Amino acid sequence: MSAVLASEAETPPRLLQKVGSLLLLPSVIVLLAWMIIPLVMTLWFSIQYYNLIDPTTTGFAGLDNYRYLVTDPDFWVSLQNTLVLVASVLVVTVGLGTLLAVVFNEPFPGRNVARVLAISPFFVMPTVSALVWKNLMMHPIYGVFGALARGVGIQPVDWFAEYPLSSVIAIVSWEWLPFALLILLTAVQSLDHEQREAARMDGAGVWAQFFFITLPHLSRAISVVVMIETIFLLTVFAEIFVTTSGGPGNATTNLAFLIYARALLQYDVGGASAGGVVAIVLANVVAFFLVRSIARRLEV
Amino acid sequence: MRATPLQRLLVTIAGWLVALLLFFPIAWAVLTSFKSERDATTPGLLFSPTLDSYQEVFARADYFHFALNSIVISVGGTVLALVFAIPAAYAMAFHPTERTRSTLLWMLSTKMLPPVGVLVPIYLLFRTAGLLDTKSGLVMIYALMNLPIIVWMLFTFYKEVPNEILEAGRMDGARTWSEVWFLLLPLTMPGVASTGLLSLILCWNEAFWSLNLTSAGAAPLTAFIASFSSPEGLFFAKLSAASTMAVAPILVFGWFSQRQLVQGLTFGAVK
Repeated sequence: MSAVLASEAETPPRLLQKVGSLLLLPSVIVLLAWMIIPLVMTLWFSIQYYNLIDPTTTGFAGLDNYRYLVTDPDFWVSLQNTLVLVASVLVVTVGLGTLLAVVFNEPFPGRNVARVLAISPFFVMPTVSALVWKNLMMHPIYGVFGALARGVGIQPVDWFAEYPLSSVIAIVSWEWLPFALLILLTAVQSLDHEQREAARMDGAGVWAQFFFITLPHLSRAISVVVMIETIFLLTVFAEIFVTTSGGPGNATTNLAFLIYARALLQYDVGGASAGGVVAIVLANVVAFFLVRSIARRLEV
Repeated sequence: MRATPLQRLLVTIAGWLVALLLFFPIAWAVLTSFKSERDATTPGLLFSPTLDSYQEVFARADYFHFALNSIVISVGGTVLALVFAIPAAYAMAFHPTERTRSTLLWMLSTKMLPPVGVLVPIYLLFRTAGLLDTKSGLVMIYALMNLPIIVWMLFTFYKEVPNEILEAGRMDGARTWSEVWFLLLPLTMPGVASTGLLSLILCWNEAFWSLNLTSAGAAPLTAFIASFSSPEGLFFAKLSAASTMAVAPILVFGWFSQRQLVQGLTFGAVK
């Protein structure tokens, strides 16, 4: 009896590893399938003529879909819009998020309530935020901004007509700022008070403390924010779908919206798939650099 | 000792100003939802509150149908993902091999696969399998979509569990399953809870797959609200009422769970 127990207690490491990989296997298999099957299909469709409502368009297309894509000015604009959107939102949310995290770390009356209010946008679904911003805030005639502008005697701005991409960036930043704030605030809270106290004693001003102690401490948290946000920002869709439908012209068409339009509005599966392949390549290029730099910062 | 009264005052003003500015659009939508359509076109604070818009939204669309879909899909997707993720995270945290690190990073990189890149194949596969506009189809998609992040979060929680506790359990003869069930799950319940919360929120608000893969039968609240964006006429009060109804459940849920959520969101980046 005791011998049995002893042998169980000293389970050989080999066996433990087997159990470990057995438990890991289901997740790996479904993720692999989730990645490979659509990827192979996308690659396949991208070299076919394939239209969902026109059965006469069939056959091997070679690289025609890609040729069509790269000669389409909309494509290059959408690529640029995608990158501008990701970069701008990252700069705004990480920059403001860091400052706000420092503010919300200081004790002030009603801080908990204020914090709950400030992170609320994170819980709002993108379709709703887009609709509310478009109609209630930024509408030139009925929106709050327009009313404010008229109140001080300025001509109201038709945001989505005059600054379409910036407007989308503003909405997406509003959605993601709370996320950045939450993570960075947690990081600031874990900052060693004695270290700051010591720096203060040595005569470090508020800004010196921020740049030489807080900011370096935040680098790991910032990389997490950048990583998670990039994943979601590369594929922003609902905000554009609801507010501008990619327009005016192609001003707010990002890669995600371009592919959607090709596939489900023009039914051009071949062309859409070529766009999809580009999106996947782009994501992988970004992922390669991102994951690598994050992995260095995180203890795995 | 820490800050002068002036600094304290400035921080208070800054904090509240930012909080109110960020919250303003939400508050304004809720306010507008109680206006009549005529009052809603003029941004004023003086109006006689009415529930007309809510009545009309209820008359126009079956809110509870959409809301129920949202609940079923979000909970289903989260539970399914957890079923896959808990064993995987456990295995990687407690029985690490030389490949664990790259497996974890690979999983995260599948999350970088843009949904649009694979929209067409998934759409066609779903059409073939009869999964278009079904709840089970979206449950599968959402589980897969969130699996990498869930595994990663659980992994960071499991990593925090001191190995000695498990060693002690093994000495007492606990097998792997009972180890997970009686030792780890209670120990990491807060972690599993906050991971689940984040997954619920992400599922509830997801608006790419739900807009493209559902039409009427399985459409969740994201589709319900998108149907109010049609340019057939701007009915601001009704739009606001519908928005409030779509957001209120998850917003209140988020308020109550924010402490839990914060714990999980840091991905082990904060020690």
